[in-house]
Amino acid sequence: MKLTLRVWRQKNADTPGAMATYQLDGVSQDMSFLEMLDILNEELIVKGEEPVAFDHDCREGICGACSLVINGDAHGPERTTTCQLHMRSFQDGDTIDIEPWRASAFPVIKDLVVDRSAFDRVIQAGGFITAPTGAAPEAHATPVPKADADFAFEHAECIGCGACVAACPNGAAMLFTSAKVNHLNVLPQGSPERETRVLDMVSQMDAEGFGGCTLTGECATACPKGIPLFSITAMNKEWLRATRKVKR
Amino acid sequence: MALTFWQSTLGKKIVMGVTGLIMIGYLCAHLLGNMKIFFGPGEFNGYGHWLRVMGAPVLHHQWGLWIARIVLVAAVVLHAVSAYQLSRRDIKARPQGYVHAKPRMSYATRTMRWGGVILALFIVWHILDLTTGTTHSGGFQEGHPYQNVVDTFSTWYGNVIYIVAMLAMGMHVQHGFWSAAQTLGAGSRSRDRALKATANGLAILLTAGFISIPVGVMTGVVS
Repeated sequence: MKLTLRVWRQKNADTPGAMATYQLDGVSQDMSFLEMLDILNEELIVKGEEPVAFDHDCREGICGACSLVINGDAHGPERTTTCQLHMRSFQDGDTIDIEPWRASAFPVIKDLVVDRSAFDRVIQAGGFITAPTGAAPEAHATPVPKADADFAFEHAECIGCGACVAACPNGAAMLFTSAKVNHLNVLPQGSPERETRVLDMVSQMDAEGFGGCTLTGECATACPKGIPLFSITAMNKEWLRATRKVKR
Repeated sequence: MALTFWQSTLGKKIVMGVTGLIMIGYLCAHLLGNMKIFFGPGEFNGYGHWLRVMGAPVLHHQWGLWIARIVLVAAVVLHAVSAYQLSRRDIKARPQGYVHAKPRMSYATRTMRWGGVILALFIVWHILDLTTGTTHSGGFQEGHPYQNVVDTFSTWYGNVIYIVAMLAMGMHVQHGFWSAAQTLGAGSRSRDRALKATANGLAILLTAGFISIPVGVMTGVVS
């Protein structure tokens, strides 16, 4: 395959960036999208140019490190992570636009790499349970109804990649926050902090400068893990309940 | 607590949802009342008079009407202020857009903000036209709403403004009703079809119902 790549190049957070065009030949349809970028970078290094910086880690679709907005879609045209996207999803001769996640809460560090530590701070605000340290407790000691376990698991699938923020026209982190809130709030292990968790995580989400939800559904469409839009509805319900219960 | 609520993006959205539902409720009542226009000037003008004596003898003349007006103005103001503040925040959250941008959301969803502005302007015109009579075409008559409505819809611009605004209202209600349900935590996977059907039904009924009035005047059914 022969491709024209238009890639966002930005030296660092303080320097304005721009799209740069590269021609890439000899791309196999069986390559993953990131392997295609590896080939580009090898060519750039041989030419003595700066390689394109992009985030990646497991390349198995489970860690949430990879990002990229490809032709306007977070993680590209398939509903998966960029590392699990293959070049067979593109045609020979295609022009592909590659941009970083765009949100004021996710500032660009270099090229396609953005700082997603805002998500870590949202987790720190309440995405944990109070558990005694020491030996692991007997797993059967706390019964969890099957329906609750399924609900928790559906939300626990979130890998925190930030595609929801990238896809949202408002740069909102509602789907990420709701996945984390719902995952723990439905389980008995998470119930001691049920109210404070949702209040603290939502207020941290706001403090990070993410936008608000206008229920466009773009986040759930882009999510590589299929977190449903109703996750946000469930968090709204938890938040309303918590505001009634907790006096601040 | 109230401050926590107002300062949160979720709290502001809940304010928008509740005030939006109040306004949808008002639109339904307003449409039902307006339908009396198809039963002649006696019925319609009588309904207009009743609005002024609503709640009597407990309420003084026009008090019922003014209570409704105050609630509605509060709803409109809270809805608009929340929308403005949230929109400012949303725009700030994406300072740099994508080079490769795709319009993906439905037309109704994309036009919520400007549709809302159009509706606010329409409400101002509507009140100046048929409540105060300030911009009314051809002699506004206090206490003769039937004749005033016929006068308004006898002008081409009256029809155009009204019909465009009602189409905008229908789209606003379609996305707004469903969104309010999600914001208030009432939505779920199993309830989604019913909620979407209710949103579409409300939007179609309200739009068609209100548009039937200028169409009635234009076709001579109301004259």
